[in-house]
Amino acid sequence: MNDAPVTKQIQIDSHSINFGPQHPAAHGVLRLILEMDGEVVERADPHIGLLHRGTEKLIEYKTYIQAVPYFDRLDYVSPMTQEHAFALATEKLLGIEVPERAKWIRTLFSEITRVLNHLLNVTTYGLDVGAITPALWGFEEREKLMEFHEAASGARLHANYFRPGGVAKDLPAGLEDQIGAWAHSFGKFIDDLETLLTGNRIWKQRTVDIGIFSAEQALAWGFSGPCLRASGVAWDLRRSQPYEMYDQLDFKVPVGRNGDCYDRYLMRIAEMRESVSMIQQCLAKMKPGPVKVQDNKISPPSRANVKRSMEALIHHFKLYTEGYHVPAGATYTVVEAPKGEFGVYLVADGTNRPYRCKIRATGFAHLQAIEAMAKRHMLADAVAIIGSLDIVFGEIDR
Amino acid sequence: MADIAEMIAGLPGVTSIAWARDELIANADRDGLVALMTTLRDDPRFLFEQMMEMAGVDWPERADRFEIVYCLLSVTHNHRIRVSITTNETTPVPSIHGIWPVATWWEREAFDLFGIGFTGQPDLRRILTDYGFEGHPLRKDFPLTGYVEVRYDDARKQVVYEPVKLVQDFRNFDFLSPWEAMTTLPGDEKSRKDGAA
Repeated sequence: MNDAPVTKQIQIDSHSINFGPQHPAAHGVLRLILEMDGEVVERADPHIGLLHRGTEKLIEYKTYIQAVPYFDRLDYVSPMTQEHAFALATEKLLGIEVPERAKWIRTLFSEITRVLNHLLNVTTYGLDVGAITPALWGFEEREKLMEFHEAASGARLHANYFRPGGVAKDLPAGLEDQIGAWAHSFGKFIDDLETLLTGNRIWKQRTVDIGIFSAEQALAWGFSGPCLRASGVAWDLRRSQPYEMYDQLDFKVPVGRNGDCYDRYLMRIAEMRESVSMIQQCLAKMKPGPVKVQDNKISPPSRANVKRSMEALIHHFKLYTEGYHVPAGATYTVVEAPKGEFGVYLVADGTNRPYRCKIRATGFAHLQAIEAMAKRHMLADAVAIIGSLDIVFGEIDR
Repeated sequence: MADIAEMIAGLPGVTSIAWARDELIANADRDGLVALMTTLRDDPRFLFEQMMEMAGVDWPERADRFEIVYCLLSVTHNHRIRVSITTNETTPVPSIHGIWPVATWWEREAFDLFGIGFTGQPDLRRILTDYGFEGHPLRKDFPLTGYVEVRYDDARKQVVYEPVKLVQDFRNFDFLSPWEAMTTLPGDEKSRKDGAA
């Protein structure tokens, strides 16, 4: 008898599984076809479009004012920054400059929206990999921010607040103090949130060295925002191509080193701290003044005026039926949305409706990279990667 | 910033270049697109490492009805450019997914919504529309309501597709004021010396 070791060869069929579109970790309606080798992902093929509503087509049939609410419904987690890109693009084509207070309000609410977005992402990302408490804590804080949205615009989510020519209305009395009080206490909340995650052994085991993307890869795959900075590229539109009042604010741009899921989490935590500091600076520097351009061909006359002045009544009527005519031209205007670069390629043909409005959805580029990122990772890691990319289907599917 | 326009204007494949509202726009020839894009990415003077966006635009009245606009960004030099090419329904455009892998989905989107073909793109499937969708919805001749609507059929226990039935016509108001929308009014030619309309 010889005791030669017997090598047994086992053939395992690679098989594909259907992840989503009704899966709690799919962040909406992602359908991911995963080709598996055992428990290892060989190929990931996202099927998107389940939330496609034809926003770009609809905008072609609406006036410029009517197009604004569609932008809230793209990335419904950070509504105001999407409106911002459209408002800036329209203003650029119209060749108008908004008043200083409107710029400050926009900057302020861009940063509030950033905290709103990162709070949701960080906490639900925790939820995806098994941490429930952050979501419970975070949603309480989010609710406070939603109330600021509501106080300013009248709606918690679909704000319709940043409009071409300024903002819809001035902040109500006392709101600035409330935001200031919240900003004062929020730093403590981030500290608490970090005690749950940053040093947590399970959290680190699930995210450190998972889904590593080098700077070259991140650039080639069109990454932007926190995902690009986590890979070590110091690029922030608020710093490099400042718009509104960002050139007057003092802030740091956090940059990661490893480009893994953990770094993408750390970026968002650090950005929230910077946002709070920016919110405080905005509040300190804001002065009373007009919040929209004083041209009634573009921004509506005050309600009181409409009751008394025939001229104002005509302006009001013309603005809400015909809208304004935007000179022919095209622009690609971007903002640093919480998820990354959000852009609008707007083509005007001189009429009152956009000829073409292409929306650059940040997550569209990020989601595509799942293929490269999740390769040779375990199935459970694919969930962590999706969470770390901050994907919202409203904007990807448009 | 003015010299970058001159440098790009000298590249092969670029037909014209212009600044508009502080944005640089280059019109290019679609056959030389891959070589041009490779130069724009790799040449140390340009270093457009990132392709941020690709947009199709439909101009049905033009001979080449589709315009494809590539928005590039250089994070090293902090500048942007838009490269624009044209094509029609039957002429495909060279794919640039070999230069920026992110282009794949945008090319799929342009194929899906406009019906633009891309040569060398191995994964040219529909992306945003439904499985089995017919037509290209962002073309200007595609109606806003589409052609089919879905409903759940309780008898057949499945979702069925039916032609769109509108109880009331879609209300498409023409708010264009004749004073602003009509750029040439009858009688205008009298004010011109040469008498041309």
